Amino acid sequence: MARSKALLQGVLDKNADPLVARWVELQRKALKSGQLEASELESQSKKFVKALQSAVVSGDIESINTPAWAEVRDLLEEVTRARALQGFSPSETATFVFALKEPLFEYLRRECGKDADKLADEIMTASTLLDQIGLYTTEMYQKSREQIIQRQQEEMMELSTPVVQLWRGILALPLIGTLDSARTQIVMENLLQEIVKTEAEIAIIDITGVPTVDTLVAQHLLKTVEAARLMGADCLISGIRPQIAQTLVHLGVELNVVSKATMADALSLSFRRIGKVVIDRKTKKESGISESAAD
Amino acid sequence: MNIEKTETLNIRSGEDIVRVRQNVRTKALAIGLSLVDQTRIITAASEIARNTLDYGGGGTVQVDIVSVSVRKGLRLIFNDTGPGIPDIARALEDGYTSGGGMGLGLSGAKRLCSEFDIRSEVGKGTTVTLIRWK
Repeated sequence: MARSKALLQGVLDKNADPLVARWVELQRKALKSGQLEASELESQSKKFVKALQSAVVSGDIESINTPAWAEVRDLLEEVTRARALQGFSPSETATFVFALKEPLFEYLRRECGKDADKLADEIMTASTLLDQIGLYTTEMYQKSREQIIQRQQEEMMELSTPVVQLWRGILALPLIGTLDSARTQIVMENLLQEIVKTEAEIAIIDITGVPTVDTLVAQHLLKTVEAARLMGADCLISGIRPQIAQTLVHLGVELNVVSKATMADALSLSFRRIGKVVIDRKTKKESGISESAAD
Repeated sequence: MNIEKTETLNIRSGEDIVRVRQNVRTKALAIGLSLVDQTRIITAASEIARNTLDYGGGGTVQVDIVSVSVRKGLRLIFNDTGPGIPDIARALEDGYTSGGGMGLGLSGAKRLCSEFDIRSEVGKGTTVTLIRWK
């Protein structure tokens, strides 16, 4: 059924300013104070009513997915994205649209006077339209949140796999979190590349931050160690907590790698292997070893 | 055996395995398992959840807090409707794998729990039950 849009159009044209004023007031009541600048809210609302006016004039009011509604959709997208980023809940975001119902229906009622049938029709038309717009904001909200989550995931992926140089010839790879296959792949590539770049002889893989070591994680570790060995670097594994050691024994996993309880132990073993000694300042003076000996 | 609390989780992707581990960790903490026992049941859960996903094509896990008189425990029931295991005795041997793993998951998980049960029917699916008593 094609609905008439003449009355809606008339109401929007005649009463745009008081409509915006009342709408803004209702929105401010619904939102917590300080969530949004009053001036920002007002300019958003003004822009929206203007866009709505022109869309109602030129477009089909039964589907907001038509080209005539592009401006309205863009505006909604902008408002919704900003609110999603600021941490608004979905209902707080949708309030932007739904708060418009009350003032708009009020003006429609004034126009229709005592003609109840006409009023019912008009309200139905306006309500269907606003519902569509409201659903659209919810969709946009969901989309913005998904984008935020995806970006964070990508950031975490990069953050969580650094290879650090502890000394010339000694690299450390502090692993944190779950070692699912996508990340293990990145970890392994980073380590192998750093081994080439720094001509490292020893790589310490620290698993203090890995909550669960099961057979898949163990297998990934062993593969990484094997690949590093092929590149000419020896691997040490550090940060094996007592409960993990016990669990690995029960699982029957044999980590044929030199392992140490802490990164400090692994580092001191690495120094020995590359022929370095760490000496206290005091004993150093007594034994007369020169400054540069530890370097 | 009384069931004090029960929850069922889906295992459909790698992220679900992480979720299963986290859920088991929370419940293991709740019934006061020691750190070593927590790590054991979490690791066993991780192994079987991965089997459910990789070999069973996905399924569910029921995580229960159970009790016999004052003794509490954590029971996990993994269910899938995959191809099933033709030779269970063989699958429980250390080092045997039909995939690319180490072949220690199933046998290792058995050693990590207090009670272990596996039932499988070829073409119908597999059910693995793990219990860790406090």
